[in-house]
Amino acid sequence: MDCAATIETDSLRVRRGGREVLHGVALTVRPGCVTGLLGPSGCGKTTLMRAVVGVQVISRGEVRVLGEPAGSPALRHAIGYLPQAPSIYADLSVRENLRYFARVLGADRAEIERVIETVALGKHADQVVRSLSGGEQARVSLASALLGGPRVLVLDEPTVGLDPLLRRDLWAKFSTLAKEGATLLVSSHVMDEAEHCNRLLLMRDGAILAQDTPDSLRERTGESDLDDAFLALIERGTQKE
Amino acid sequence: MRGFPIGPRIVYATAVRVLTQLRRDPRTVALLMLVPPFLLVLLKYALQRSPATFQHVGGPLVGMFPFITMFVVTSITMLRERTSGTLERLMTLPLAKLDLLVGYGLAFALVATLEALITAGVAFGPLDVRVAGSTALVMALAVGNALLGMSLGLFVSAFARTEFQAVQFFPALITPQMILCGLFVARDHMAQALYAISYAMPLTYAYEALSRVTSQGTLGARGALDVIVTASATVLALALGAATLRRRTP
Repeated sequence: MDCAATIETDSLRVRRGGREVLHGVALTVRPGCVTGLLGPSGCGKTTLMRAVVGVQVISRGEVRVLGEPAGSPALRHAIGYLPQAPSIYADLSVRENLRYFARVLGADRAEIERVIETVALGKHADQVVRSLSGGEQARVSLASALLGGPRVLVLDEPTVGLDPLLRRDLWAKFSTLAKEGATLLVSSHVMDEAEHCNRLLLMRDGAILAQDTPDSLRERTGESDLDDAFLALIERGTQKE
Repeated sequence: MRGFPIGPRIVYATAVRVLTQLRRDPRTVALLMLVPPFLLVLLKYALQRSPATFQHVGGPLVGMFPFITMFVVTSITMLRERTSGTLERLMTLPLAKLDLLVGYGLAFALVATLEALITAGVAFGPLDVRVAGSTALVMALAVGNALLGMSLGLFVSAFARTEFQAVQFFPALITPQMILCGLFVARDHMAQALYAISYAMPLTYAYEALSRVTSQGTLGARGALDVIVTASATVLALALGAATLRRRTP
């Protein structure tokens, strides 16, 4: 694949709460792929994703999405963002939430029913969000990120706490979206999810350890298990220091 | 790319969304609608022996209650929008800050109108408050004051991290304005320093305009100036509030 990267960062540095959490991150996310952003909790995944969608103040470096600087107005129709905590109105119903976000995006009504279907919330569509379970609320939030069929999806831990069956369906859905041409950057702190990704970005302590396909990571490290491959990379990294 | 800073579609959608949220909270709606007339009833009978005082403050109060309630409602609602992550998500979408603010303004102006109607109905009806000027003008000023309360609430919500803090802004910022605006004590009877300070407070002008209508019958040139100052304060607070809605946060 030699087409232009959909997401590109260069020497990206971010300070939060008085300390640097991203130490000069350089990465590329290719179009039409599901790219997994994996790493332990607190390694900077969320900060990196916030920088990509343009809501994070960055101290140095560059982030470009679809060739535009992250956060530029032209991108606001093109990116679907799922923050880690469900970002929806607890006192509105599922459908009312989606209707509002759809109107903001200029998406039509059919789009609302489509995303409700995708996250399997048809039965609860008219229920007030506050009365839903945590996993269901996360799905409402995901549904709103899918509205309007954005070209780039930045999903921060979309499958945490979900039923295994639904988790499988969602990963299949992400694959389909990528095949249809969307670019997905999906974070997770669970290595098992890496198997569903075309490419991986392994992250630790605010830096990218590796960006590669799952297969070639296994090959490079000689480990069959991705968890072990990750460990091997960390050990190599610390030896270098 | 959107060339214009505001779009009627999103403004309308936001107003509908805010009103739907309010409808889901009937207790708040009931409090908004019933507390002002209740307080007026309380005042009327507390001032049983000095009906002239009640007549003096009753009219202006009809126009001031929406200011108070909209300040509190907006500061809490905006704080929720900030802390629930919905504001951050909206900032990634093709929505101008003004879309959001004008949408809120429309929704709350509607609520304030309803509140003012009920309060005025009780005050000018059974409580027999008499005003020299037109009651419709008092109502219009009430809605304008509600917008002033809204924009101040929006602005201060940026400085509150929790709902506890947001509520404390009421006694900290609104009560002093109520004490100094001339409602309780004529401003020229106050200590010189307070008299000077009262000129810097937007509620002073809101009250002045109201009291001109309720006691003199018309706004006149001075009253019109008061309205202009109040409206300017509203726009200024709204602009400052808009500046606190950041697309990027640390």
